[in-house]
Amino acid sequence: MLAPWPVALPLVAAAFLAGLGDKLPRRLADAIAIGAAAITALCCALLLAGPPVVYWFGGIQPRSGTAIGIDFAIDANGAGLAVLSSLLILAALFFSLKYFDKPAHMFQVLLLVFLAGLCGFSLTGDLFDLFVFFEVMSAAAFGLCAYKSREVGPLQGAINFAVTNTAGAFITLSGIALLYSRTGALNLSHMHRMIAGHDDSLVLAAAALVCTGFLVKAAIVPFQFWLADAHAAAPTPACIVFSGAMVEAGLYAVARLQGALFGLPQLRTPLLAAGVATCLVGAVMCFAQRHLKRLLAFSTIAHAGVILCGIAVLEPGGLSGAGLYVVGHGLVKAALFLCAGMLLHRLQSIDELALHGRGREVPWVGVLFALGGLLLAGAPPTAMFFGDGAIHHALEAHPIARFAVTVASIATGAAVLRACGRIFLGLGPREPDAPGGGEQDEEPETEAAPIPWSMWVPAAFLLALAIGSAWLPREHAGSAAARMLDAHSWATQVLDRAQPAMPSPPPEEPLAKGLAHAALTVGLAIALALLTLFRKRLPEILRGPVRAVWNPLAGSLRALHTGAVGDQVAWLTLGVAALGASLVFS
Amino acid sequence: MKARLVLFGIGALGFAAVWFAGARKLDPMGSYHGAYGEILNAVSVPERHSTNVVSAVNFDYRGLDTLGEEFILYISVVAVAAILRKQKDEEEEDEDEAPTQLREAPDSDAVRLFGVGLVPVTVIFGLYMISHGSVSPGGGFQGGVVLATVPLVVYLCAGAKTYLRIAPPALAKGGEGLGAAGYALIGCLGVLAGKKFLENVVPLGTPGEAWSAGTITLLNLTVGVAVGTGFVELISSFVEELLRKAEK
Amino acid sequence: MLGHLPYALAAWLILWGLYGIVTSRNLIHLVICLAVLQTSTYLILLAIGYKAGAVAPIYADMPAGTVAVDPVVQALMLTDIVVEATVVALLLAIAVQAHERGGSLDPARLCALKG
Repeated sequence: MLAPWPVALPLVAAAFLAGLGDKLPRRLADAIAIGAAAITALCCALLLAGPPVVYWFGGIQPRSGTAIGIDFAIDANGAGLAVLSSLLILAALFFSLKYFDKPAHMFQVLLLVFLAGLCGFSLTGDLFDLFVFFEVMSAAAFGLCAYKSREVGPLQGAINFAVTNTAGAFITLSGIALLYSRTGALNLSHMHRMIAGHDDSLVLAAAALVCTGFLVKAAIVPFQFWLADAHAAAPTPACIVFSGAMVEAGLYAVARLQGALFGLPQLRTPLLAAGVATCLVGAVMCFAQRHLKRLLAFSTIAHAGVILCGIAVLEPGGLSGAGLYVVGHGLVKAALFLCAGMLLHRLQSIDELALHGRGREVPWVGVLFALGGLLLAGAPPTAMFFGDGAIHHALEAHPIARFAVTVASIATGAAVLRACGRIFLGLGPREPDAPGGGEQDEEPETEAAPIPWSMWVPAAFLLALAIGSAWLPREHAGSAAARMLDAHSWATQVLDRAQPAMPSPPPEEPLAKGLAHAALTVGLAIALALLTLFRKRLPEILRGPVRAVWNPLAGSLRALHTGAVGDQVAWLTLGVAALGASLVFS
Repeated sequence: MKARLVLFGIGALGFAAVWFAGARKLDPMGSYHGAYGEILNAVSVPERHSTNVVSAVNFDYRGLDTLGEEFILYISVVAVAAILRKQKDEEEEDEDEAPTQLREAPDSDAVRLFGVGLVPVTVIFGLYMISHGSVSPGGGFQGGVVLATVPLVVYLCAGAKTYLRIAPPALAKGGEGLGAAGYALIGCLGVLAGKKFLENVVPLGTPGEAWSAGTITLLNLTVGVAVGTGFVELISSFVEELLRKAEK
Repeated sequence: MLGHLPYALAAWLILWGLYGIVTSRNLIHLVICLAVLQTSTYLILLAIGYKAGAVAPIYADMPAGTVAVDPVVQALMLTDIVVEATVVALLLAIAVQAHERGGSLDPARLCALKG
């Protein structure tokens, strides 16, 4: 019953606001936008609490096992992503109330359609419908990214974002077409029945093409180049949804397709390799940044790698860990982006070095920022902590991936804590022209002003939710993940109207082990942050070798991130070829 | 640039190899035997009274796709307007400019006469395409685009002033919101009738007549309005930007 | 062999579009290259849905049961066209602004973000 509303409601509200927005009083328009997002969140939460349901639009039921209409096949993973998306959109709407000097109902309209796209994307059970909602989400995201169209940075970011993602989407569409020719169907479960056991080179090539668009969206190496450009330049309220939900939606689609449609064990190796590379590239690039939003953007890349590692083992344990990780990471990362936005609003800069010690004016932002940094490094209690533990547990047989995941947690946490120490505590020497700061500072959207409640409340609320997420029922997540990977059981529910029993959850990692691991990563993150801040006081004999490794490593990686769209598309071509070749020619 | 080309070259070769390995397993063109299309071709007329099966697929069997599609168009128009909008400091410069300085009509009588002749034909053709979407080739998207060319013809033949008079931005914006919201609201009709979202609840009429096929025709109308006004708004955004630049 | 030509042509269009984007020195040209890449999807969709000797799936003036080509791919293509048109419009708007703000349409000269 509730299924259509997470899509229909934000769309109607968006159409209403765009048509009448400038005639309505600003407060009323704000209230409509926030109300629509809040009701959407509520609908999604109710769907999350319920059992898996299948909703056929237009009441067009499958006939003798052949799907004719479009269905929403809703499980806890999809509904959970929709809840996360609507909470982040809600926070973004609140945060943007005072973020722009001028009324910004167009910004609200873009956010609402973005929300509808995300919800439809998470809930749908039809491959082409997945593509359509992918494009709804993308079109709104391109507009959000280029919203500050007076500056060159956002325009460049939006071009890189739009061109790479659209190229990826069309490659996905060509893969969908290839699969359609084989199966004569577009419903995921129906397609699964047609290809099950026939994984010849056509299905493998099509799987690689279909996954490409979603991996581009998820910023997986070597498709990651656009993300930092887009995230660093977009308005802060949009960033939180980009980092917290959109990237994860790409990964969700890969997991969903693997679970409900492909069921290809061959995907494990290439996905795991890509996940490891993404963790490491993201970690190094994150640590090398001084532009706060860019730093957070690269940390998102590293965490996307962690989540992909969890998905790539293709086992319920890793997948449920990835699901929990997505929730915790989305909330924490969004709060951190909001903190960066508050700094930009109050201090008119988000350059870590330029802000040295200036954060003492706003100590509360510092507290939120430090808390976010600790949680990002894997400190309990969040869903991210439990997710991290489950992913480690699932990666038992893959020591390299375990190492990469640990590095990602330590480096991203250390980068945030280092920035925190420098900005809010004034630690370390002033480094006005530290080498490697190639990026420009961001132009603020408002005049410098005290931070209003509409900015700090959402940030605090998100962090509180992140901590609360530790008490999410983990067995529920575990059995939902096991169910997600069981294409056969999905197909009987979707096509034969059966209600299969929920599988039992995978075994959990013992809590003590997780706590020990978290203590290690958080401790190392703090140590790394302090060592970087006070590195001038270290003896040269220690600094020399570190510099000899770090400078060429970070320097060459940074040199690859040219910000040129041509380079990014060349990497994209190479990535599709590598993914396809590893599937088809193995 | 050279490194980029080498990178791309390797990728392109790999892509071609993967594509070749996959596509050689495809059936040759012309030997289609999928079940989905066959079923839809068989049931569309008896079940939905829509003789245009493509319309029946777009607006009924796969109606949710089209809802998404309409909002892709819709949000792009909003985004283009947002990207090209006047910004804080520019507004002050522009304040004392009257719209009368906009581009004048062309001097050629032939162009004007041609435009006058073209407009009514285009309007009728566009309306016909929208209203007969469930019967013959065409539909809301195609007809909407045809209708949107009318203001464009007026712009070319009579200048920007007349263009803005026959297609005022406020009207285009309202029409677009109405069309887009209309699709979703017609979807809600099914829920109000106690059925599913986007379910066909309007009488189906006689196959082959314009007012047949129930909601398929209604949805075609809303899409026609949304697409027509949407493209007009898109054109307006660019025209206004162009004029602003020309005046600087 | 000839029956597979459309699929080969689609790959050709994809790669040609990608090549154009990779080497482009002008944003307008780049956007059109993206559109070229996208035309490959029209070709492959229509090729897949085509049935030898079949007519268009419009039953206005032909008896029920006449063999027609797949209506689904045509509906998908319509969606595809709208997606393409809107993305092109969006990118052109960004290009217009980039020209105004950055003074150039060359993507290589848009270099506020890197590293």
